[in-house]
Amino acid sequence: MTITDRPIDNGVNVQALLDAREALSAAPEAADFTWRASCTWRSGTHSRSTVSGFTGLGTEQEHRTTYEFDVDHPECFASEDNGATPVEYVLVGLAGCLTAGVASVAQLRDIQLRSVTATIEGQMNILGILGADPDVRNGFDAITVRFLIDADASREDIEALVAQSQKRSAVYDVVTNPTKVLVEVA
Amino acid sequence: MMQTTAVVIGAGHAGLAMSRRLTERSIDHVVLERGEVANSWRTQRWPSLRLLTPNWQTRLPGQRYAGEDPDGYMAVADVVTTITRYAGHIGAPVRTATTVHAVRAAPRGFEIRAADEVLCARTVVLATGAANLAATPRVADDVPAPVSSLTPLAYRDPSQLPDGGVLVVGASATGVQLAGEIHRSGHPVTLAVGEHVRLPRTYRGRDIFWWLEATGLLAERYDEIDDLTRARHLPSPQLTGTHEAAMTDLNSLTAQGVRIVGRLGRIIDGLAQFSGSLPNTCALADLKMNRFLNRADEWATTAGLDGELPPPHRFAPTYVDPRTPLELDLTSGEITTVLWATGFRPDHTWLDIPVRDRTGRIRHDGGVVTDAPGLYVLGLPVLRTRASTYIHGAVTDSQAVASHLHTHLGSRRQ
Repeated sequence: MTITDRPIDNGVNVQALLDAREALSAAPEAADFTWRASCTWRSGTHSRSTVSGFTGLGTEQEHRTTYEFDVDHPECFASEDNGATPVEYVLVGLAGCLTAGVASVAQLRDIQLRSVTATIEGQMNILGILGADPDVRNGFDAITVRFLIDADASREDIEALVAQSQKRSAVYDVVTNPTKVLVEVA
Repeated sequence: MMQTTAVVIGAGHAGLAMSRRLTERSIDHVVLERGEVANSWRTQRWPSLRLLTPNWQTRLPGQRYAGEDPDGYMAVADVVTTITRYAGHIGAPVRTATTVHAVRAAPRGFEIRAADEVLCARTVVLATGAANLAATPRVADDVPAPVSSLTPLAYRDPSQLPDGGVLVVGASATGVQLAGEIHRSGHPVTLAVGEHVRLPRTYRGRDIFWWLEATGLLAERYDEIDDLTRARHLPSPQLTGTHEAAMTDLNSLTAQGVRIVGRLGRIIDGLAQFSGSLPNTCALADLKMNRFLNRADEWATTAGLDGELPPPHRFAPTYVDPRTPLELDLTSGEITTVLWATGFRPDHTWLDIPVRDRTGRIRHDGGVVTDAPGLYVLGLPVLRTRASTYIHGAVTDSQAVASHLHTHLGSRRQ
């Protein structure tokens, strides 16, 4: 065991998370959240999505600022490449969610992180989205995430950290499990 | 109207242990039982089931295993015999064939409506069991018509199943045991695996329950456990009461030819969809098992047993086939039965006192139902310690609950 003056700090307010868990267990309605984004077509395959408000803790909430995301297809798809592709945003979401989980779980388990890098790849055969082969699915065949973590912990503890972050990840759940999707015309 | 100091509902191991504790304290009581003593074991368990705990551990207040096979595991019939003998041995005042329809608060305690009579008692102990109802997920409603659905409460043996493949949902002790038994009988089994607990039957020459007890894990108290909700909902370990195999885990089922798939997410138009999280689910179970084995090894070293026990070792990680399917068409005729090994829950719906949470479970503090003084519950997982999940947990649980009940009676008298 090492003795250090500096407390473990990954910049995660674990106490707030633990307090929220306790408070929300007592008032489960406040735990109902709705996340929103809106998307406006620009031209061709280019669109711009914005994210600003969401609902949770029983009330309307606002991000500190409005975030904008350009979405497009690359030039090799005969598009203008004004932004990342939609499937890349899925990878961004998954990597961001798992990384946030790693930091939070590390804080909770008193593990000091020095660096965390995730590289994420999604394999896809585009014959599916082109409608050229009915046996090929549109989505990813598989997603691979590789974490490079430098931390004051054993390899086993780091593996447990990464496993737990998957267990508690919303986007990991969205990607690995079926979700009901309803698309309507207003 | 009959008046008594205490009414115990349920004459299983927990209710009888409580009866013994009440008798020790000369507290007059009656034990109400809907069927016969050990009713659930007689009517709701499949015959090949054996206890997960070894015989030497199957203790009750004032009774230890005295048979010839301390390292064996009781079959259901042996459990029935053991509990029935215990009832006779302690002279428990059991009224059989007395179903309780309602328990209500009354001016000086509780009113119990049972069979065709009404009883009044100052205290009531609920010991009706943790596994009265099969907890099936909502997706069970979407099984397409020609496929039959079955729960472990109604399962007896593979001969009751129609010809064809079986999808077993859930990989607890129940799930892995039934998947193995059904697959060996000639019905090809697919096992849908969510969160699970992997443990070896024996480790370094000792039963895993010896280790769980020796290391102090089973004695961990409910008020010392970090995440009690999680501990109380943990699936039972992937064990079978047999010495025939070192492991009855997913690797052993894969080796037998059982097809392992991820957690069942939904069934849409007859198509069952499984989670892609299987590799992580298995990694979590492997990590958790190894954490316990590390703890066991550390304990053995501290206890000075390394010279006497075989050396530490680790088990191969759980193999996950990279070609594991994510979908299974339940309308193709390949699968004819879905068996829901998705857990059990107690049935306290007849309790007419507002002490249940939004999920229907009784709110209690180590068996003491604090919102209804005089009301107690026994025989639930991790009720007071991790051992509460198993039969021998009733030894200390009944002691603690009886002691609280005794004090409660005293405080009411003053």
